[in-house]
This record gives sequence, structure tokens and C-alpha cells, in this order.
Amino acid sequence: MCTTCGCQSGEIHNDNDEHEHVGPDGLVYRHTHHSPHGHARDHEQHRKHAHESTRLVQIERDILAKNNAFAAANRQRFEQDGVLALNLVSSPGSGKTALLVRTIAALHDKTPLAVIEGDQQTSLDAERIRSAGAQAVQINTGKSCHLDAQRVQEALGELNPLPESIMFIENVGNLVCPAAFDLGEAAKVVILSVTEGEDKPLKYPDMFRAARLMLLNKCDLLPHLQFDVQQVLGNARRVNPAIEVLQISATTGEGMAAWLDWLRRELTAVLAKRNESIAALKRRVAELEAQLETQLRAQQTAAE
Amino acid sequence: MHEMSLAEGVLQIIEETAEVEGFQAVRKVTLEIGQLAAVEPEAMRFCFDAAMRGSLAEGAELEIVEVPGSGWCVECATTVPMPEIIAACPYCGNCQLQATGGMEMKVTSLEVE
Repeated sequence: MCTTCGCQSGEIHNDNDEHEHVGPDGLVYRHTHHSPHGHARDHEQHRKHAHESTRLVQIERDILAKNNAFAAANRQRFEQDGVLALNLVSSPGSGKTALLVRTIAALHDKTPLAVIEGDQQTSLDAERIRSAGAQAVQINTGKSCHLDAQRVQEALGELNPLPESIMFIENVGNLVCPAAFDLGEAAKVVILSVTEGEDKPLKYPDMFRAARLMLLNKCDLLPHLQFDVQQVLGNARRVNPAIEVLQISATTGEGMAAWLDWLRRELTAVLAKRNESIAALKRRVAELEAQLETQLRAQQTAAE
Repeated sequence: MHEMSLAEGVLQIIEETAEVEGFQAVRKVTLEIGQLAAVEPEAMRFCFDAAMRGSLAEGAELEIVEVPGSGWCVECATTVPMPEIIAACPYCGNCQLQATGGMEMKVTSLEVE
């Protein structure tokens, strides 16, 4: 290969560094590297000949399009069935599973609950959830660091969440990757424990920006820690001015009432939206029936 | 390291395009990645090479075109540069910018043979 111009096929070099090569079209290309003028012209020919074998395909395709299509299908299913789906995200050890266990204990005899558990390995979390009284499916993501919408769709096929229920999707403990993958949820809920430091929202802004609600967990430990609640709230709002915040402890139950209220309110909103779209569909059906009636009558009149 | 999933997504787009366009090999892949898309170009390059191995794009060159982030400043009622998720308006110092551009992750073109 010519190291100056990169031409490869059939080149012959002489002492002046002039060389020629034969293209697949049978044309002979000759150039010397001592003459900048001729070199440039030869290279133009060279490019032309290179373009005969390669071409440019313009595509403009979103890398996340496939995930987003699955997410849209999941969202449609949740909305039609009146299921409140929440994507719980946090770093490992923030207390997501403990929070779920406590939430299930408080709600499961009033509201049907289902849980998708995402972890790299083991079904330990799903077992904890089942023994708390909710249906659960474990997804092991293996080498992957996040759940994607396709895996969630598969899990939904297995779980079949009941209409008017709450579906918790406990994502892999990771404050980076799950932010980019929409699962079709109504909202992301980020759980931050007070043992993690006030600067987490600034260090992982994508996740805190994507979340609707932040649960500040393990608040029972505050007396033993140097953790500035006002500072973490300020940091979270700096990243996401609209973020809602609740202070809780999944261990002592502190703040749980506010969290349960939040869940009931969100479920009511999902059901209202579903009823609204059913009402809108009914209105549309009535409109179309009226239109059909008018046209049939007109047809009948014309026939008479 | 969600860049690995993204690289696998790129490979899938390449394979689907190959079926439609009928090419056997890919020399170069061009991506457009927004500054606010939470993608680390270096991690993307590393994962790209790994994901393309054994495929029709093995050894393909990867070009990443970075799209600058931009945001809407409510105070100034104008669009301003936003290089990071947490950025202040360069005119008024207001921190609460609404990201409006630079979130894309796209495959824009393939050089194929």
C-alpha cells in the first residue's frame, strides 16, 4: 500500500515515487508524490474510483427507536387497563425493596399490586416481594446495567397486571443508565437515601431530571448523620425545578402516609384519564353513528 | 455502561438497513450524539468496536458528530448554549434552563460497499 495516498490495488512504484495502479474498471491511474499539482488531480480521480465501490447511505435513525416503540406499546397497555406504572430508580442499597415491602403491606388488601424486579443476578428480591403479598416477576439483566422496554413487555405477558392496579418496576440499582431507557411508565421515582450524600443530584443530574418524585429514604438515620436535608433539596431542584420530594423511612414507617397518598392520587389520575378517553371514544362512536344515519337516510330519499 | 446497549442498537439499525439497501460491508458509521444525551463518546467508541465484531460492520470507522446542547431561558426569553445538564444562562445567570436541543442519538449515515 502507498503510505502517502493509501492506494492499494496493482500499484507500481518507480524511483521518482511515481506510481500507477489499475482500478477494477480497468483504468490506469498514475501519479507522483513529487508534484503537488498532479497529485491533487490524481487524487480526485482516485476518490472518484473509490466512490464506485463504496456509497453513502443516509438514514437518520434514532438509536433508541426500538426501545421507544416497546415503551409506547407498554404505556398504551397501562393506560387502557388503568394501571399506574412506576419506574423506581436509585443507586444500589438505597432501600427500594424495603420500601416496596412496606408499601405492599400497607396497600395490598385495597389495591392490586404487581412488581417487576430488575437485577443483574438472583431472584432474591422477587421472593421478598412475593412473601410480602404481591405478584412479582424477576428479570435478570445479566451483563446489562438497566431494564429495557422489551424485557418489561415480556414480563408483563407473564404478570398480566390487573386493571386498576399499581405496577412497580424496580430497576437495576444504577443512577446513570436507566435514565435513558423509557419503559412506558407513568413516572420515574428516584429513591435517595440520606447515607449517600447531598451532592448525588448534581453528580447524576440525568436521573434526577428524569424523575417526577424523589423519595428521601432512611430519614430515621438523620440524627446520627451529618446530612443537610435543605442542601439536598436545593440540589435536586437545581437539576429539576419541578421535582416533588417526600421524606420517608421504610424501616420506621415515617412519611409513609404521604407516599401512599401520592400513590392513590396518581392512580386516581390514571383512572380519570382512562375514563376520559373511554368517554371521548363513546362520543366519537355516537357522532359516527349519527353521521351514518344521516347518510343512509339521504341514500334512501335519493332511491325513492 | 449503557453505551453497550446503544452500540447494539446501532448494529441492529445497520443490519435492517443492509436488508433494504443490499450491502455486504460497512466502512464507516456516522452518529449524531447530542451534548445532553448522556452518552460518553469514548465509551461509545469502545462499545462500538466490541458490538460490531463478527458483523458486517466489523472494523468500520466510527465518526461521532457532537450536536451542541441548547436551552430556553425563561428570564431572557431566548435560546442559549447549554453544554451541560446543569448550566446557567450566560446572560442572566439563571440556572433553570429548559433543554431544547442536543438530546439526540442518531445514526445519520453509513458508508457501505
